[in-house]
Order: sequence, then structure tokens, then C-alpha cells
Amino acid sequence: MVSLTGEPAGTAGARGGGRTRSAGWPAAVPLLAFTALAFGIPAVALLLGAFTVRDPRTRAPAFSTANLTESLQGNYLETLVSSVQLSAVVALLGAVAGTFLAQAVVTSRFRALRESVLTASGVLANFGGVPLAFTWVATLGNSGVVTRALGLDGYGWSLYTFWGLALVYMYFSIPLMVLVMVPAMDGLKPQWREAAGNSGATAWQYWRHVGVPVLAPSLLGGTVLLFGGAFAAYATARAMVGSTVPLVTLQIADALTGDVLVGHENIALALSLDMIVVAGLVMAVYLPLQRRSSRWLR
Amino acid sequence: MAAVTPILPGETAPAGPADGPGPPAGRSRRVRPWRVVVLGAAAVYFLVPMGASFWFTVHNEEQGFSLSTYAEILTAEGFAASMLLSLALAAATIAVVLVLTLPALLAVRLGAPRLRPVLEVVCTLPLVVPPITFVTGISTVLRWGPDYLAATPFWATLIAIQDETFPVVLVLAYVVLALPFAYRSLDAGLRAIDVRTLVEAARNLGASWPHVVLRVIVPNLRSALASASFLTLALVLGEYTVAALLGYQTFPVWIVTVSGSNGRLSVAVSILSLLLTWLLLLALSGAGAKRKKDPS
Repeated sequence: MVSLTGEPAGTAGARGGGRTRSAGWPAAVPLLAFTALAFGIPAVALLLGAFTVRDPRTRAPAFSTANLTESLQGNYLETLVSSVQLSAVVALLGAVAGTFLAQAVVTSRFRALRESVLTASGVLANFGGVPLAFTWVATLGNSGVVTRALGLDGYGWSLYTFWGLALVYMYFSIPLMVLVMVPAMDGLKPQWREAAGNSGATAWQYWRHVGVPVLAPSLLGGTVLLFGGAFAAYATARAMVGSTVPLVTLQIADALTGDVLVGHENIALALSLDMIVVAGLVMAVYLPLQRRSSRWLR
Repeated sequence: MAAVTPILPGETAPAGPADGPGPPAGRSRRVRPWRVVVLGAAAVYFLVPMGASFWFTVHNEEQGFSLSTYAEILTAEGFAASMLLSLALAAATIAVVLVLTLPALLAVRLGAPRLRPVLEVVCTLPLVVPPITFVTGISTVLRWGPDYLAATPFWATLIAIQDETFPVVLVLAYVVLALPFAYRSLDAGLRAIDVRTLVEAARNLGASWPHVVLRVIVPNLRSALASASFLTLALVLGEYTVAALLGYQTFPVWIVTVSGSNGRLSVAVSILSLLLTWLLLLALSGAGAKRKKDPS
């Protein structure tokens, strides 16, 4: 890009001298204006609403942090914690499973295996939402095929629990982890391993001092990504468990559709704000890590 | 999503992960048991739900094997209407998102590189904000109507964008949700071609700006535009949260509604929508492969 700065004089000049530096601005305006409108206004509304309490009788709005305080107490806090726990479990188990699967694929000599696992991962990582829930309900739900074939209900199995949900969320989390880890593992050069081996390192020492440190940013970044995905998921949980597992997304939806006390309407907004703070923290961890891992993958 | 690896047609067995990983690994000279275990467990975990849910839709204790559930889909009440609504929303979303992002990205490449960080942040934010919080914000704005705007022209606008037959408000939301994917696809596409030279050549030959964009840039970006469109299509066809909470009967919302009365049907539709995603993404990686083969 830098080397080209001399060239545009021709075109820019033809267009009229003074506008050289800012020639592109107008073309970006529609996008920025649109985002300000469609994303900015709801964001501001959310922020204002989260700090507003309406008087139950007069409906006069007043500034207050009562919503936020309430959203971090009792039942509401429980849903938030439960969501964070579920996301953490999914992220950790998904990251471990995805990493092993990625390693199995990367070290395989069979190109077809590698290509088909990667393609399948690309599809399954996007396979969330409602269809995912029903696929699992048909498999391990109360009258699911596998449940009945193995008589699992006799052992007290239920898909509509915390661990059932974790099992289902893993279905899109593991493929996502594979997609993150395969490029990183391809970046592990065989020469490093040979060099370590020639210097007398055991396999454990190689992984401890070379492999894992190089993969660390991708590992952490992937884990964080899985956390974010599980944390934000709503459709799967709604279609599958209804409200039997307390989750903050389900709680927000209930509060939004009117399942709250008069005067507490804005609790949904406060809970949303809590969620954004958690998701924001997660992304704040992810972005620098992604930049770091891309350094090794050139 | 951007990480979907392009596959060259000749290299891939189209069977997906179904070609059993067990036996080939076993034949390998250095047998690594852990790899067989990992691949076997993954095959069971990922394939059993697909097989089981298919069995669920075709097997019935009274009639035995029958594909009648799939025949039911087309005539099921609400299917056609919700599918058409989702497709119309997808078409509108794709058009708007491309019309917005392409000029902005060209601008960043040609004239205003300092805008790039701004654009990057704007197009990453929708990934950070969970859809459910986004819809909370939207419904708050929609509820402002009766409170603050009843006497202003905005009131009519707010009513108009919530029209049942074609809810523009959903298009607005979906464009925001699709921005990150469109931005990444198009940015990667633009990186692969020499935009500046193309534009300068065309301009020096006397082409107008609309001509440059439509006849020079767009044809060169076909595969990137296709991938942005496919990803957006997949997103809109699968989106449940926003539509459900704003109360519109789009395709995924319909699946949930119908599951109450006909579980078998909803599972059948779920399987078909998985197949649709497969096809869309395979088409997408096919387009990517073509781009790679082009001599550049």
C-alpha cells in the first residue's frame, strides 16, 4: 500500500485536486449511517433503559441503578452464574476434545480424512439454533431413538438438564475448535520436533517447551470463542429445554415477553447489559490473542 | 466461518466424515491407538445424532419404514408462508448488506485508509453483542413509539417497519448481524485482486464510477460476493432469536411452533435444513476453489 502512494495523483487529479485525501469518505457514509441507525439506536436505548426505572403508577421514568442491582441478585444472578458455568464447561471440554481431534487429523497421512473433517467442521460449526435442538431431541430426548434403544430413561437419563445442554452445545463447539486449531497445528514445523528430538528431548518435553507454548494463543483464543458462542446461544436452549435449565438468555426472553412484575420491565435490559459486559470481556481477551497467534502462522 | 477451507473438487471424497476413520488408521504402519480412539469417538458423537434423527423421521411403530413425513412438509400449514418470508428477508438482507459494504470497502482501499479501523470495529461489534441483547435493544426502541413518538412522523415509520407481511425491522437487524461475514468475505476478495490498478485503468479509459464498480470490480469479485451472499443466506434462514422475540413467523420460528403438534415433522425439517447448510457451504468452498485456480 505504501509503495502506491505516489500513483494516485493521476486519478485523483483527474477527479479534482483538493479531495485527494478524503476521496473515499462519501462511499463509506451509507454503511456508517446505517450502523449508527440500526445498531447504535438500539444500543443507546438498551443503555438508557437499563438505568431507568418507571414509577408503577405514574409511569414517570427516573434514573436509577436499581435494575442493575436487581439483575445481580437472587434468581437473576443464579441464571447468569448458571450461564457462565455452562459456557465454561462447554468451552473447556470442547477445547480439549477439539484439540485432540485436530491433532488426530493433522497427523493423519490421509488427505481425504483431513479434507472431509475440515469440511464437516465448517458445516457443523454453523449448525446451531433450532434444527440442532430437534436433532438431539430425536436422538436422546425422552422418546429419542437412542434413549429407547438403550433404555436410558431407566437409568434416569434426561437430555433436558445442564449436562444434556452441554452435550448438545459441544456439537457446534468441537468443530469450531477444530477450525481454530488445525491451521495453528499446521504451523508447528516438523523441524522443531526433529531439533528437539536430536537435542535429546522426550515427547513430553517437546510438547511442554515447544508445542504447547506455540499453540497457547490459539488454544486460549479458541476456548474463549467457544465460551462466547455457548454464552450467547438462545435458540437451541429454548427449543430444547424450554425453561428447565436457568440460563440468562432464557431469562431475558421471559422478561422481555412480559413475565416480570410491574415496575421491573427494564430488568431484561439490565440483564442484557450484564451479558454484554461478560461478552465484551471475553472478546477483549480474544482479539489480542488472535493477533499473537497469527504471528506464528506465516 | 471464514476458515472454511476451500476444497479442490478432485481431492475430496464427497461422503463427508462418513468414510470410516477407523480402518485406514489401523492399516497405517505406525498404529497410534489414541488416534483411532479420538476419531472413532468423534465419528460416533457426530454421526449418531444424524442417523438417529433420520431414523426417528422414517420409522414408526405402526407402519414401519415410511418417508411420508417428508412428503408432509410441503403441504404442512404455515410452511410455505414462513419459508417465503424467510427467503424474501434473506434476499433483501443480501442486497442491502452488499450495497452497504462494497462501496465502503472500496473507499477504504482507494481513498480513505484511515477509515479502516473504524470499519473493522463497526463490523466486529455485532459478533461481540449477543443477538438476544440486540433484540432487547430493538424492542425497547419499538416500545418508545407509544411513549415518546406518538405525535411525530417517526411514529408512522415505526409502524411501517413492523408490517407483518414484510417486517423491515428484521432486515435491519439481519443486516447488522450479517455485517461481519460480508465484511470478511469481501475484504478477502478485494485483497486477492489489484483494485487500484483496475480502477485507474478503467478511469483513464473514461469509465464513470458506477461503470467501474459494476463492470470492472463486481465481475472480479464474483466469488467473494457469492460467499458473502451464501453466508448471509444461511444466517437469515437459520436465525431464530430476533424473529421469535419480535413475534414474526419466519422459518425457524415455524419449526418450533410445529414441533408442539408434530414432533416428527419438525425433526424432518431440521434434517433438511442441515442438508441445505451443507449444500450452501459446499457451494461456497467450490466457489473458493475456483478462485484459487484462476491465474492471478
